[in-house]
Amino acid sequence: MERDTIVAVSTPPGEGALAIIRISGQGAVEIARSLFRTGSAGIVETFESHRVYYGFILDLKDGKKIDEVLLTVLLAPRSYTREDTIEISAHGGMQPVREILRQTLSAGARLAEPGEFTKRAFLNGRLDLAQAEAVMSVIRSRTEAGLKSAVSQLRGFLSRNIEELRREIIGLLALMEAEIDFPEDVELSAVYDESLKKIQGLIRKLDDLIASADKGRILQEGASLAIVGKPNVGKSSLLNRLLREARAIVTEIPGTTRDVLEAMVNIGGVPVRAFDTAGIRATTDRVERIGVERAREVILQADILLLVLDGSQPLTEEDSVLAAECAQKRSILVINKRDLPQAINKEALTEMAPGSSLLHISSLTGEGMPALEAEIASMLLGGEIVLEHITVANIRQVEALVRATEALRTGREAILCGQPAEITAVDLHDAADALGEITGETTTDDVVDRIFSDFCVGK
Amino acid sequence: MIYEKRYDIIVIGAGHAGCEAALASARMGCTTLLLTINLDSIALLPCNCSIGGPAKAQLVREIDALGGEMGRNIDKSFTHIRMLNLSKGPAVQALRAQVDKKHYQMEMKHTLETQDRLDIKQAMVEEILCEGSAVTGVRVQSGLEYRSQAVIIAVGTFMEGLIHIGETSFPAGRAGEFPSISLAQNLKYLGFRLGRLKTGTPPRIDARTIDLSQGKIQESEDVPLSFSYTTGPISGRGRLSCWLMETNEQTHRMIRDNLHRSPLFSGRIKGMGPRYCPSIEDKVVRFPDKERHQVFLEREGWNTSEVYLQGLSSSLPEDVQIAVVHSVKGLEKAELMRPGYAIEYDFLLPVQLFPTLETKLIKGLYAAGQINGTSGYEEAAAQGIMAGINAAAAIQKLSPLILLRSEAYIGVLIDDLVTKGTEEPYRMLTSRAEYRLILRQGNADLRLTEKGYRYGLILEERYQRFAIRREMIELETARLKETRLRPTEQVQRLLRDLGSEGLGKAVSLADILKRPDMTYQRMAALDTARPPLPPDVISETETEIKYEGYIEKQQHQVEQYQRLEARLIPEGIDYDAISSLSREGREKLKGIRPVSVGQASRIAGLTPVDITILIVHLEQQRLRALKQREKRS
Repeated sequence: MERDTIVAVSTPPGEGALAIIRISGQGAVEIARSLFRTGSAGIVETFESHRVYYGFILDLKDGKKIDEVLLTVLLAPRSYTREDTIEISAHGGMQPVREILRQTLSAGARLAEPGEFTKRAFLNGRLDLAQAEAVMSVIRSRTEAGLKSAVSQLRGFLSRNIEELRREIIGLLALMEAEIDFPEDVELSAVYDESLKKIQGLIRKLDDLIASADKGRILQEGASLAIVGKPNVGKSSLLNRLLREARAIVTEIPGTTRDVLEAMVNIGGVPVRAFDTAGIRATTDRVERIGVERAREVILQADILLLVLDGSQPLTEEDSVLAAECAQKRSILVINKRDLPQAINKEALTEMAPGSSLLHISSLTGEGMPALEAEIASMLLGGEIVLEHITVANIRQVEALVRATEALRTGREAILCGQPAEITAVDLHDAADALGEITGETTTDDVVDRIFSDFCVGK
Repeated sequence: MIYEKRYDIIVIGAGHAGCEAALASARMGCTTLLLTINLDSIALLPCNCSIGGPAKAQLVREIDALGGEMGRNIDKSFTHIRMLNLSKGPAVQALRAQVDKKHYQMEMKHTLETQDRLDIKQAMVEEILCEGSAVTGVRVQSGLEYRSQAVIIAVGTFMEGLIHIGETSFPAGRAGEFPSISLAQNLKYLGFRLGRLKTGTPPRIDARTIDLSQGKIQESEDVPLSFSYTTGPISGRGRLSCWLMETNEQTHRMIRDNLHRSPLFSGRIKGMGPRYCPSIEDKVVRFPDKERHQVFLEREGWNTSEVYLQGLSSSLPEDVQIAVVHSVKGLEKAELMRPGYAIEYDFLLPVQLFPTLETKLIKGLYAAGQINGTSGYEEAAAQGIMAGINAAAAIQKLSPLILLRSEAYIGVLIDDLVTKGTEEPYRMLTSRAEYRLILRQGNADLRLTEKGYRYGLILEERYQRFAIRREMIELETARLKETRLRPTEQVQRLLRDLGSEGLGKAVSLADILKRPDMTYQRMAALDTARPPLPPDVISETETEIKYEGYIEKQQHQVEQYQRLEARLIPEGIDYDAISSLSREGREKLKGIRPVSVGQASRIAGLTPVDITILIVHLEQQRLRALKQREKRS
């Protein structure tokens, strides 16, 4: 019946140790096959129904591991929706969940509408007739709740911004369409150079919007921050400082934190999921080694890294390796133990990680902490972001923005290749439709209206 | 009195819709009666003599592909023909012809008169006769009653027609013709909701009084072109040229000074006029910065001096019209032969129709053409043939012919009308068709001729010729995709000579054809084994291959769309019984009564939630029916 494949996070948003991402539809198994590798990095050729697989979800682009997961396979018709269903049980942090969701989307799934799993369950005969009415009211109430929040989200700066961009696209379309439908009335004057310039501008604005949407996402769902460093530089005490409580066990013994510890902290109004990682060093201890591996994964996924260094010690080989790694991401070099005499070579450090900012603290006394928190907040939000500007947060909207941008890029290519107007118009239509999904407007009628208001056409 | 002969179908009105409807009905084997207020006005072209252009040419080709008459009739009578949008792709290229108006009428009349099973009579219909909610025939002005199983109303602008010229207005169907007053009253009495629209036409001037040296000549193309698949390209006929002139500041000042005398601006005209066909006074007011507007001079026929002034449509008083015409350089001494005018008329709100064009209120009663709120000869003819086919199909117990938006512009036209309605005279535009790249004038037969054949409108001989063409296109497409070229020295040299890049690896001929700089013609040297093929086969094959990527993308969207279209809603559905529908959604559904979930999803104001609920409800009903059947067996 419905042949496309849908995906959604089925656990409630926000805090939680685990999150379940559910995929249903004809393509579910294929998506699992492309994204999932077992612990021994193998592709699973045939998934057995009602079996749980342990392994990793990979990034389709670079093949890197996103998260360690348990994957449950429920083949049709023995699933809730009576379609092939894959349930990915991942770690509850928003970052890996979003990343997995994004991967399933690029592998061909689409985001489920509210209540769509239930709807499919019913349509495929999983629910009996008596339950149907209940289903319908659930769909209605959920969607209306969703709509309300969507409406409130769309009020304000950003929605106006998107509508403005959509109107610009409609204007471009009207120009092309008028030229097609009224070839004897509309004068062809440098239409294409003009259009190209406008499309270029639109792409830039959309890119900005997507970037700001990412900041909105951080405000809503929290950013992730990883505290890294070699053993016993004071990572756990820094986490405790941020938390303002003693949660991590702090000892003098290097390697005390063997796994990754995480906690939600509030930094300058931004919810941040902070990960305290095992000290990274070569080790023979098996348990500690697993911790080190997990730490490296956390580093990959974090929005921001804090590299903690012991200011009372000279730099070591391990420090410089970590610093080079941090230089690849947004990171802050935190020189701890300011309360002790300093022996660290700051110049060498700056050379190793040129883009990173550098701050001194003492996690023992709390000295330097306010400055550090301010730096983290400004780095996450880009400094000058005003709260009310950030309203695009939900992944569906971001996805629509991305689709619009891609369509515009294709359209620009089409013009550059000398494709005729009706071909370019296809891409511009796609772009306007994608933005229309956010603002709830339809393209065709708007274009027709625009043709008649912008151009004097007709006999 | 009741006329003794019983008809299957009666068509009221012999304009472009009525002619197609009557012919389709008679050709499908129904005894048919065509009634017209004036036998001398059959297939009249009351506005300009142009047929075709973007989207409209596609409509004509579709009518032709289904077995209709318009294309053939244009080919018999055109005086000027051009292909528009040649600089753009094949999807939006469009033929545009000007015809000899009288010749066009005579040819159509002759076709009607030689059609078996078709009677043509002059009479004014005053009443639609019904028993219960089914139509039984019509009563004409003389009191005579004709009986039939179906009636198709195609009365154009005649219902409550009111002509405006300046401060004067008078009831008329068209200039010089009776309006139809009783029919509008009758339809209201039967429970139909009517709206009011306005349209207009420019003055005609005498060719002998024009200084042509002041105009820019636009000659007809002399390449062989034709509208119908059956005619074959026509060349060598005496062609008439057009001239292009312009209005100027003096023209505009004259219009602005006399706006208070325009019925459009004084508020006397209440009906909504078409935005795409603005009067000159409208254009001057809405685009005050434009210093000039184009005026095309079109000859109305080989044997007449009348010249149509496209671009000068007006309902200003006649003295102002004369001054406006005289202000145009080259027309200083022009004599008006007929003044321009605006006409207001009643139309049937088309959401009261099923996609078959049958009215929802009265079984067997159909409406087609301008009465449904459209404008344009082509739009009218397209509805005419569909109403004719569907009325005949219903009588013969065949399944109805409903064209999808992905199959034809006709599908877009009718779906828009019956689903969204219209607030201005509806004109077809290519921008209304979301699957425009698939709906080309070049492939109308591939899309529709099979259907026309199935309904008996395409004769065997024509069908065989079509089947051969279809096969040739398929074979040639396959050959181009399967024949591979290796990057040999010779191939690289030939490509270089053509100014195209060399090959990196072996590719198919189709891949080479997809290059923007390549055409089928240009790559002849690379493809020495190609079979000799007619040009229409080559151009269709070329288009399919060149735009394959885009066409496939649209095809994919079409599949999604058709899935919803295929989910039918039973006619007797009780929307009140679906408790979770929103109140607004329920009212909309009850008003429009969509035939499919697809149609429902296009109703303005219906939310996706309502659609989901509707789907769930339909599925619930289906399962219940299934269970009951199981129990019984």
